[in-house]
Amino acid sequence: MRVGVVQFPGSCDERDAAYALQVVGAEPVLLWHGAADLAGVEAVVLPGGFSYGDYLRTGALARFAPVMGALAAFAQRGGPVLGICNGFQILCEAGLLPGALTRNAGLRFVARPQPVRVAARSTWTAGLEPGDVLTIPVKHGEGRYVHDDPGQLAAGGQVLLRYCEPDGTVTRAANPNGSVAAIAGVTNPAGNVAGLMPHPEHAVDALLGSTDGRRLLGAVLSSVAAGRGGPVAAHL
Amino acid sequence: MAPEPVAPEPAPDPLATARELGLTDDEYDRIVATLGRVPSSAELGTYSVMWSEHCSYKSSRVHLRDLPTEGPHVLVGPGENAGVVDVGGGQAVTFKIESHNHPSFVEPFQGAATGVGGIIRDILTMGARPIALLDPLRFGDPADPTTRRIVDGVVRGVGHYGNSIGVPTVGGELAFDPSYQGNPLVNVLCVGVLPADRIQRAAAERPGDVAVLLGQRTGRDGIGGASVLASATFGEGTDAKRPNVQVGDPFAGKLLIECCLALYDADLLSGIQDMGAAGIACSTAEMASKAGLGMRVDLDLVPLREPSMAAWEILCSESQERMLALVSPDRLGAVLAIAARWGVQATAIGAVTEGDRLVFTHRGAVVHDVPARSLADEGPVYHRPVEERPHPAAAEPVDDEPGPADLRAAIDAVLGGTDLADPGWVTGQYDSVVGHGTVLGPGGDAAVLRLDASDFPRGVAVATDGNGRWCALDPEEGAKLVVAEAARNVACTGARPIAATNNLNFGSPERPPVMGQFAATIRGMAAACRALGTPITGGNVSFYNATGDADIHPTPVVGVLGVLDEVVTRVGHAFAAPGDVLFQVGAPTRPGLGGSAYLWATQRRIAGRPPRIDLDEERALQALLVAAADAEWARSAHDVAAGGLLGCLVESAVAGGLGARVIPEAGLAPHQWLFSESPSRAVVSTSSANVLQFANLCDARRVPYRRLGVVVDDPTLELQGLATLDLTDLAARRAATLPALLAP
Repeated sequence: MRVGVVQFPGSCDERDAAYALQVVGAEPVLLWHGAADLAGVEAVVLPGGFSYGDYLRTGALARFAPVMGALAAFAQRGGPVLGICNGFQILCEAGLLPGALTRNAGLRFVARPQPVRVAARSTWTAGLEPGDVLTIPVKHGEGRYVHDDPGQLAAGGQVLLRYCEPDGTVTRAANPNGSVAAIAGVTNPAGNVAGLMPHPEHAVDALLGSTDGRRLLGAVLSSVAAGRGGPVAAHL
Repeated sequence: MAPEPVAPEPAPDPLATARELGLTDDEYDRIVATLGRVPSSAELGTYSVMWSEHCSYKSSRVHLRDLPTEGPHVLVGPGENAGVVDVGGGQAVTFKIESHNHPSFVEPFQGAATGVGGIIRDILTMGARPIALLDPLRFGDPADPTTRRIVDGVVRGVGHYGNSIGVPTVGGELAFDPSYQGNPLVNVLCVGVLPADRIQRAAAERPGDVAVLLGQRTGRDGIGGASVLASATFGEGTDAKRPNVQVGDPFAGKLLIECCLALYDADLLSGIQDMGAAGIACSTAEMASKAGLGMRVDLDLVPLREPSMAAWEILCSESQERMLALVSPDRLGAVLAIAARWGVQATAIGAVTEGDRLVFTHRGAVVHDVPARSLADEGPVYHRPVEERPHPAAAEPVDDEPGPADLRAAIDAVLGGTDLADPGWVTGQYDSVVGHGTVLGPGGDAAVLRLDASDFPRGVAVATDGNGRWCALDPEEGAKLVVAEAARNVACTGARPIAATNNLNFGSPERPPVMGQFAATIRGMAAACRALGTPITGGNVSFYNATGDADIHPTPVVGVLGVLDEVVTRVGHAFAAPGDVLFQVGAPTRPGLGGSAYLWATQRRIAGRPPRIDLDEERALQALLVAAADAEWARSAHDVAAGGLLGCLVESAVAGGLGARVIPEAGLAPHQWLFSESPSRAVVSTSSANVLQFANLCDARRVPYRRLGVVVDDPTLELQGLATLDLTDLAARRAATLPALLAP
């Protein structure tokens, strides 16, 4: 299954995302920010980094990149799209995901292995159960998720992940950035577009510390495969 | 192009201008003699920066010759932008450490950020993708509000640049000492990986090649920044130097990385040089001089931020994120196309010429016409007076003094001090994982990186070490100890140390005792590097780390690189499993409290002679650590360093979330057993199944070992008969040390 990874100027994790997709059994395809189409991929990942330097506001410029037009149309048709960190910020700026990401509550960049609890069933958490805890790195300066009505998001099954303690309890101390309702990841109402602040692409290799990210990245492969009735290609 | 018959217009009031630019009268006379005429303003500008201490190494050069620089793995030694070593399998690794001390005091955030950017471009210039950063940082008294401001700015600056450019920050050091109050040390080491056959050189190849300026436009920021700031002592008026500090743009740096790597992949360049200190002047002079050729550049073609810039300003600007590439004319179109794809401005500004002249034209006139080598290679060399003066406190017999009345209080003081603090407050602000190569990140003996994502990747281990207290008390022994510790840290991971880089941070070279410290340091460093097989492949000298009459401790910082043929065999410092057996291996524990963390934490005292090192013992220990890792008998290994055996055990236990039960060594005073920093020792844990094999290995290699105790599940450290430490509580307190001191 071919999965696109969009490369903006200033993307940093695009090679990591491509590697991780390969690990879970996909065929990664780098998509240039200036491209007018998505080269026929079946899913798209917007990787982490600092697109266009992010000097204005994270994702504020990237949403205008030529490739974003094709991406929005793909998302509208139900195509699976995952934004990780900067990708999440871009999807919020582009209006493809609800809410916004602002400066961390501590006003510092935060990098650490982060336990997160699965909060909903979706394309992006297939094979995982609500309540499952994964440990996945976070690394961001602007990851504080804000939304006017997080309760409504949760009720609609749009809250994918919450920051938590290793045992799954949601506490203030476990929240690295002050996100409302400890939200670490959300989806659009249709569930096909998702954004995560944690970086599953940095947790696919036991040699590097964690393999929990495979369960998230692998999930979309099985969902897409199930959707088209084909075999499940994911290596979990 | 035929040279114009007209000589550049002489500078108005040249001698006064020369003095203002920091040239001595002798140096001025030498310029006049070289040119056979009065220099122009532009020429005075380029000579002043190229002959500055920072660019010319004029005070250190005669000493640096004594360092070993060659070895079986060295592909490129000192003199290029960074050393390159062969790590096998067709892969090469380039690494170098550099300082940005002075700018970081004047403007901590941008000073540190551009320090990161500068060393990344050095690595990039060699043809490599930068894969890791390590930041050894030293600051003044943490209780001083100025220190808090500087630390905060430096840490944010390192993070701002490193995090945004996609290069992981995987290690470093953090140390505090009042000697750095007015002169923080911000050193940055960068590692890059490249195919061994793709090394780029910073030299011209043939006349006619086009000089292409890549990257940011040239502005007035940082004119003489690194070169002038780093070549004078701080005094009154430092605030007025703020415009000398460059401003970094990591986004532009990131584009430059990807653009240059694309140019290397397409094999389009004849040569490339980054622009750091002294900008266009330095890059053109060095590339031309190395090839014995000339270069002619039209400064009117240089894209400027401020059109009113004078020729000397354009030449000496240290605007960041620029490179100079030399390109065969038939490849120019391809180069410009790749640069355009990456959004990197690329402008042909001149060409390589026959002869040896470095000619710059501006507004239609020749403003600069000098032999390139006179700038780059024929600068003044000083034999500064050297006076080796013993440190007044070095003779104090600290190892003969009685131990502390309250051992438990001493333990708490050492473990609660800044030397043993958990660096998490700093490392938690850095991305250490981008690039999917970080096998062992911050907090261990050395960072370990895999070089590719193949099934059986190779790896490299890198560690940096410095110790201002030891080096102040005895610069020669201190330098040996520092080299040995960095190499031992690398060996603990199982990697074979193969090369080193040095950052020599010193006070004013115009004071003979400082040059005495420098000469002694080079002696010690040369001896240790020879004995341990780690030639110096590059580095940096930073003089004038002084405020008024007060010089910093002599502080050589050493980075050592080691190779793991299979990275999967790497060994971490964390205890692995309950029941594992602990061995202390290497040299016996000897009295070793001179300059120790113990003396500092309990008595705020820097005294005594640093412990002696036997380099044969050290080499044998390192070889043993590598062999044990290779045989997969070591489950953890950690060297005994700051805070002695106590510090070593606590760090390994806390990292593993486990505890240990250990038996004190007979015949040693308890405080020496716990806190001695005598070198060439490590603690290795093995599974109970491998105990015999490991002991046999030590015997076969004639490396002394002592069974120390056992790893336990319970998070306590039981020092039998002496104390029992609650590690959960201790870990929390060590994690709180830095935030309590530094968080605003």
